[in-house]
Amino acid sequence: MLASTLVDARAGGVATARGISYPCIAARKQVGKSLLDKVWDAHTVRELPSGQTQLFIGLHLVHEVTSPQAFQMLREQRLTVPFSARTFATVDHIIPTDTRQRPYADAQAEGMMSAIEQNCREFGVRFFDASSGHQGIVHVLGPELGLTQPGMTVACGDSHTSTHGALGAVAFGIGTSQVRDVLATQCLAIQRPRVRRIEVNGALPAGVYAKDVILQIIRRLGVKGGVGYAYEYAGAVLERMTMEERMTVCNMSIEGGARLGYVNPDATTFDYVRGREFAPAADAFERAVTWWKSMASDGDAAYHDVVRLDGAAIAPTVTWGINPGQAIGVDEEIPAPESFPADERDVAEDAYEYMDVKPGTRIRGTRIDVAFIGSCTNGRLSDLREAAKVARCGRVAAHVKALVVPGSQAVAEAAEAEGLHEVFKAAGFEWRLPGCSMCLAMNPDKLVGRQVCASSSNRNFKGRQGSPSGRTLLMSPAMVAAAALEGAVVDVRDMLSASAPAPSGRAQG
Amino acid sequence: MTDLIRITRVVGRPIPLRGNDIDTDRIIPARYMKAVTFEGMGQYAFYDARFDAEGHSKGHVMDDPRFEAKGPRVALVNKNFGCGSSREHAPQALHRWGIKAIVGESFADIFFGNCVAIGIPCVTTSEEDMLYLMLAVEEDPAHDLTVDLEAMKVTYRERMYPITLPGGVRSQLLDGTWDATRTLLQAQEQVRQTAARLPYVKGFRR
Repeated sequence: MLASTLVDARAGGVATARGISYPCIAARKQVGKSLLDKVWDAHTVRELPSGQTQLFIGLHLVHEVTSPQAFQMLREQRLTVPFSARTFATVDHIIPTDTRQRPYADAQAEGMMSAIEQNCREFGVRFFDASSGHQGIVHVLGPELGLTQPGMTVACGDSHTSTHGALGAVAFGIGTSQVRDVLATQCLAIQRPRVRRIEVNGALPAGVYAKDVILQIIRRLGVKGGVGYAYEYAGAVLERMTMEERMTVCNMSIEGGARLGYVNPDATTFDYVRGREFAPAADAFERAVTWWKSMASDGDAAYHDVVRLDGAAIAPTVTWGINPGQAIGVDEEIPAPESFPADERDVAEDAYEYMDVKPGTRIRGTRIDVAFIGSCTNGRLSDLREAAKVARCGRVAAHVKALVVPGSQAVAEAAEAEGLHEVFKAAGFEWRLPGCSMCLAMNPDKLVGRQVCASSSNRNFKGRQGSPSGRTLLMSPAMVAAAALEGAVVDVRDMLSASAPAPSGRAQG
Repeated sequence: MTDLIRITRVVGRPIPLRGNDIDTDRIIPARYMKAVTFEGMGQYAFYDARFDAEGHSKGHVMDDPRFEAKGPRVALVNKNFGCGSSREHAPQALHRWGIKAIVGESFADIFFGNCVAIGIPCVTTSEEDMLYLMLAVEEDPAHDLTVDLEAMKVTYRERMYPITLPGGVRSQLLDGTWDATRTLLQAQEQVRQTAARLPYVKGFRR
């Protein structure tokens, strides 16, 4: 669908399995710098003999799953946390969403909760627990508190740290040994990535969302196309997006293999950051804006390659397989094995079998058992608003269990102030407490057996949602809500246009 | 600080783990990460690919008697191994199961870095060589495979396969500086200077 609008201009003309390659035109005259290069240079402590950079980390976020071993290593190696004011912690992965009663019914979850409480106390790290009013998914919390700012480096023991790139930060996921390194030194030893600019031009049709954009980008470039790259998202569609929409796009960079993705900071970014709890205020804010603007990519910045997509050609998108690149428009047929590059055919065959789908059949009409709205990808206020517009159109199908899990306590509070929780409950959705919930099912929210889940989360890997044989269909929150009402995958545009004389839609297409 | 451990070569029985895009959820399902240590993670490596709901073996290669061996193991993998979640639990589980080196066609970025941080070399071969190597191992798995980081080659049953590894990572493994903490701590004054140059560190105050 997008093939005709794609230009993959790759330096050196290295052929890829996907699309045609051209020599990188931008390489002729290299004067400008990308945001990635500017931020990288500003945070470089030194170049290491290994060829890696010792990179200063401006914001370190910590959660309960990938940090306990790191704190234990600090104790064993007698290390301290010299920049403890630059690390913030919360609890999201294991936290139940039905009750906050301690101790948690799950003794392992309770143990992890106790560990992060103790670790934060002992090492002087600010901890946003469930009594703080600020608890939430770490990637929802950072931007909404104003902790994440343009031009920063952000690291967290979680691959969806790429979310924070929406603000023009260089933000990436790390493992637990690296969490230890950031705690002990505020630095990482890391390789500078190449930069691929991805322009989404034109305007999105009504009923098409940021989630559809990123799923189509991953479909086009593949789940390994971004390995070694930072993705710079640009073009008219990204420029018109709200910060929350940009977060959805950047969030799933890692699903395309890119450890980080970002959008250059602009007026939308500055307006978003202004007035947030940890954002600079008054004169300091004005000075900050000047610096933030200076960190944006230059107009003549050199990129390793540039990819272009036409936003107008993007439809509501649904995954049919076992990785986020196996995605199609809601009206498309599940692709045949021969339509894939050779190195993706086996994975496609595996996906047909695991998902119990057949090539040549439509994804539309696929019956679902569970609907999940939430996650660091799509658990923010604007996501809940779009889903609620759909929820107003009817009631959850009798055979569907439908959950709405706000991304943070602040999101929950704002949604409740607008009455969204009442809309969802009236339609038959469960309104839960904030956390990662059924995105990765480390808490009690899990699929059972072969259940099929329409999910606004980010991964449709085998077993991802808690049942080793459970099946996930990724889609936008509005599409999940529509599937919940219908009991099957449906085109949300039909539901919205049937229910309202003028679809309330979004400000931008 | 732990002592420097130089990794120049890994010798062990090979274990082929076929498939492109094998994600870290598959390497260790999230439900087995509910622990505050990495101890015992080895038993959950590839759990859902290996065992059914009752815990009975599905006949996965890791449980196939033909591939059973004591001592260190070397995994053979295809493209984009370790994609998805940043969980270090994945390489920790493989390491504790016995895998001390991985030979593959390509690796996901975060997984690769996590492996280096705990001293697992992830070396790369061509697609053709991996095709041949996997077939050779599956035909007769009862021999040691050698990953030689000095000569940059893998040897199995007298046949040699060239490997690649980014130069910096190779030197870190060879000279024992793959655990980055020690290196990073050597530049504390430069870290303070870098922080002092960044306007946001002092809240954009004059």
